[in-house]
Amino acid sequence: MKTIVIISGKGGTGKTVTCASFAALARNHILVDCDVDAADLHLLLHPQVREKHIFQKGQTARIDAARCLQCGQCRGRCRFQAIRADFQVDALACEGCGLCARICPTGAAVMEDNTCGQWYLSETRYGPMVHADLYPGEENSGKLVAKIREAAAEEAQKRGLEYVIVDGSPGIGCPVIASLSGADLAVIVTEPTLSGIHDMERVMTVAQHFRIPTRVVINKYDLNEVNTLKIEDDQRSKGNEILGRIPFSKTVPESVVRGVPLVEYAQNDAARAMRNLWQAIQVYLVEESVAKKDAS
Amino acid sequence: MKICVTAQDKDLNTSVDPRFGRCGYFLIIDTESLSCEAIENPNRETGGGAGIRSGQMMSANQVEAVLTGHMGPNAFRTIASENIQIFLGIAGPVREVVEKFKQGQYQPAGAPDTGSHQTPLS
Amino acid sequence: MIISVASGKGGTGKTTIATSLALSLDRELQFIDCDVEEPNAHIFLKPEINASETVGLPVPRIDPGRCVLCGHCQEVCAYNAIAVTSLQVLTFPELCHSCGACALLCPQQAIEEIPREIGTLETGALRTFSGRAIRFVHGRLNPKEVATPHLIRQVKARIEPDSLVIMDAPPGTTCPVVQTIKDSHFCILVTEPTPFGFHDLKLIIELLKQIRIPHGVVINRCDIGDRQVESFCEEQQIPVLMRIPFSLDIARMYSRGVALIEADRQYRRKFQEMFEIIEPRALQPDSLQ
Repeated sequence: MKTIVIISGKGGTGKTVTCASFAALARNHILVDCDVDAADLHLLLHPQVREKHIFQKGQTARIDAARCLQCGQCRGRCRFQAIRADFQVDALACEGCGLCARICPTGAAVMEDNTCGQWYLSETRYGPMVHADLYPGEENSGKLVAKIREAAAEEAQKRGLEYVIVDGSPGIGCPVIASLSGADLAVIVTEPTLSGIHDMERVMTVAQHFRIPTRVVINKYDLNEVNTLKIEDDQRSKGNEILGRIPFSKTVPESVVRGVPLVEYAQNDAARAMRNLWQAIQVYLVEESVAKKDAS
Repeated sequence: MKICVTAQDKDLNTSVDPRFGRCGYFLIIDTESLSCEAIENPNRETGGGAGIRSGQMMSANQVEAVLTGHMGPNAFRTIASENIQIFLGIAGPVREVVEKFKQGQYQPAGAPDTGSHQTPLS
Repeated sequence: MIISVASGKGGTGKTTIATSLALSLDRELQFIDCDVEEPNAHIFLKPEINASETVGLPVPRIDPGRCVLCGHCQEVCAYNAIAVTSLQVLTFPELCHSCGACALLCPQQAIEEIPREIGTLETGALRTFSGRAIRFVHGRLNPKEVATPHLIRQVKARIEPDSLVIMDAPPGTTCPVVQTIKDSHFCILVTEPTPFGFHDLKLIIELLKQIRIPHGVVINRCDIGDRQVESFCEEQQIPVLMRIPFSLDIARMYSRGVALIEADRQYRRKFQEMFEIIEPRALQPDSLQ
């Protein structure tokens, strides 16, 4: 079973669109949408939810006004500015450390389990999918991402699936780290813009720290061919050929509006490039397993 | 001596669970008598620090060596600080693994082999 | 007055709008980039950085001379960041949320808090086209660190209370975004008229309603997509502050780090007009909850 994780660093470079096309092209796979903060993959794959689970993580403080003396000890000690002037807890700011509950002289401050989201095991036209929604304002610590990665791995084992395809989180924080865990390949979708390059380099550092091989895809490459060549040269000098380039095309947002993967919507250069990309990934994975066998 | 092997199920007939912090079961095995106590891992659903909590269970059970597939730095540090030996890359049926251990076929690991924030995966 | 720029979906043009607004207003203001995981505003504003400092978070250090291994610190830690073994106390700084509970509650007062570096904070300045000063602040989280909200708090601590402040928020709807926008007087939401943009816009609007911040929408690449965002804004009576049609030229200039209003001077007037719509709708500076 091979795990392919698609990340970007910068948002909006085309991770989700790419993932959806891979779902349409791959056989024998399960999809995981790890962008739990703003999950969009379902808008292209239209999953039917089979199982729904509540996700609880950590705790949130609550102050019982009737018992509260307004002594101010909690407010004075809270590092997260989570206790307001009226001695009610700002649930969005509270990080659940429990200090207020421990020091409250009357027991007015208590900790309660925090339901922060839900996750789903679903079926799509292309195969099973695991996805989740983190409630707005919640801490995105990566635990919900870790949960759905685990659920997907179990389901893949159960069904004997060949690929786990992960739509990763943007950024470089915990959710990305959790998205990347156990990946056989991190596909970094970037764009040939200064912002895209800047963010790609940061997320690459994270992947490399966890010893996950990375390969770059340049989306909308023809927006700036000078930058595209720079990225390619830089990657090549590090021993990594880029995985592919996808031209800018209005059919991409059109396919999103239509709600279908690009490779089903169009047969143009962009769609062809997407197909070649999936091929290139399969080739990479085969070459890597052969290399591993030879080495051992 | 007493060793711990992370396992997928409750007895010696099962296979090694490659995860440490969030494995299915900890099998506490006496290498002489082959008596086996199965502890269901209470840390599977824990928010963070599963490796640390699971690591602390090793000394609590007076284990002298831990055998598992992969271990991250937090668990590694917790266990190593108690002078318990750690063996990584262990796989296969637990019964066979215990035999191989007794025959000295495994080398102790000097360092963790994965980054932290591991999700449980095979 | 603090104006934040957020989105929900990444890549819709937050930084483009925030930086262009700052440059168009042509007056003294402060620009704060709170996207500490992937700060980009400096690429377009090109400030001269004149100060850089490391930012640390307090983490516990145990004094073995005073510690009696009672285990209380482990008990009070909500994050499993302290483990008391039979021989010593181990701390796991990358799990620590710096709440201070262990240090405060140790019966032997054996714990002190020492700073651990999580990132850097840089300040600088640039001038608008007619020479007005824009003071610039951004934070950069060290890769592999998880303390995003903490660094954002540090960056925001540099806000000059009596200035006009424009803040670029991270994408998404979770904790770092809330940290950034929660005391703004107005929030500009940048979206695209696609199902992705629409879906994520609804999430962030739900959040803004919860924290009661007046808001308006900018529709970027407004001619590529569908009408769901427009209809929704109409229904919900959310002002559409600006519509920016897609332009390949602008996209190419963006790829080279050229700000929108430098790529197309006509936008200067549009951003000034947008500010005129925002100003009366923004919360009065002393009416924050």
